[in-house]
Amino acid sequence: MSEQPTHPHHDDEHHIVSPFIYLTIVAILLVLTATTVAASYVEMGVFNPIIALAIAAVKMMLVVLFFMHVKYSPKLTKLTVGAGLFTFLVLVGMTLADYFTRAWGRW
Amino acid sequence: MRLPVSDSTAVAHGAAEAAHHEHPPYQRHHFETMGQQNDATNFAMWLFLLTEIMFFGGLFTAYLIYRNWYYPAFVEASHQLQIGWGTGNTAVLITSSFTMAMGVWAAETRRKGTLVLCLVLTFILGLVFLGIKTIEYSEKWEKHHVPGFHYSVQSFVNPASDPEVYKEYHDKPLAMDMASKTEMYFFLYFAMTGMHALHMIIGISILGYMIFRAQAGAYTTGHVTFVENFGLYWHFVDIIWIYLFPLLYLISRHQ
Repeated sequence: MSEQPTHPHHDDEHHIVSPFIYLTIVAILLVLTATTVAASYVEMGVFNPIIALAIAAVKMMLVVLFFMHVKYSPKLTKLTVGAGLFTFLVLVGMTLADYFTRAWGRW
Repeated sequence: MRLPVSDSTAVAHGAAEAAHHEHPPYQRHHFETMGQQNDATNFAMWLFLLTEIMFFGGLFTAYLIYRNWYYPAFVEASHQLQIGWGTGNTAVLITSSFTMAMGVWAAETRRKGTLVLCLVLTFILGLVFLGIKTIEYSEKWEKHHVPGFHYSVQSFVNPASDPEVYKEYHDKPLAMDMASKTEMYFFLYFAMTGMHALHMIIGISILGYMIFRAQAGAYTTGHVTFVENFGLYWHFVDIIWIYLFPLLYLISRHQ
C-alpha cells in the first residue's frame, strides 16, 4: 500500500518559477539556436532536416515546460498539452503518410 | 437571479468553512477557491492554444507536402532567404520570451517597476522582430518574389543572374515548369510568416494595453491571470517561429 502524502498538493499554492531558471533556459535556447544554424552548414544529407527538427523539438519542450510552466502545472494541464501534441502528430503524420505514398511503386 | 439550490450549497459550505473563507475580490463567485479558478483559466487558455496549434499545423502540413512534390524548386527558392536575418530574428524572439517570462515573475512577486520594464522590453523586441521581417519582405518585393504580384522566375531559370545568391549556392538552372513552382514556396513562405507576424501584431497590441494597466498597478495585486495567460500566448508564438526558422531557412541549405 502506498502511503498517503502527508502534505497533498494544495490548489491555492501558486508555484513561482525563479528568474535563475528562466535565465538558464534562455541561455540554453540561444545555444541551441547557434547549434542548429551551425549544423545547417554541415553536409549531412538526409540528416540535415532531421537534426534541425530534433533541435526545434528540444527547444519547444524547454519553452513549454519552463516558460509556459507546464512542469509546475496541475495534471489536467499536463494531460491537455500531451493529448494536444499527440493529436497533432497523428493528424500531420497520417496526412503526410497518405500524400507521400500516393505514387508508391509508380516510379 | 440565483437558483435557490446553489445558494443553500453556498451557505452550507460557508458555515462549514467558517470565517476563514474570505476570498479576494477577483475570485468569481462560481469558483470554490482561487486555485480552482486559476486551474480553470489555465486549462481554457491551453485549449485555445491547441486550436491555434492545429490551425498552424495545416500550414506546416501543406508546406511539407509541397516541398516533397516540388523539391528542387523549394530548395532553390529557400536559398533566397538570408540565414543571418532568420538567426537574428530567432534570437530576438527567444529573448522576448525570456523578458515575458520575467514579467510573469515580476507580477507574481508584486514588483510593479520590474513588470512594466519587462513588458516594455518585450514590446520593443516584438517590434524589432517585425522590423527585420519588413526588411526581408521588401527584399522579396524588389526581386519580384511575391506570388501574384508580377512574380518572376528569373533567379531560378538563370541563377547566375542573381549574383548575391549564386556566389554562395551555385544553384543549377531549373526547367521552366519546375522554376514556376518556386511561386508555391513563396506563397507558403508569406502565408506562414505572415500569419505568424499577424499573431505578433496582435500580441504587441495587447502588450501596449498591458503596459498602461501595469503602470496603474493592475497586475501586482496578486491577480496575475491576465499576465500569465498572455505569457502563454507569447511563448506559443515563439514556438511557431522555432519551427518556421529551420523549415523555411535551414533545411534546404544543401542539395
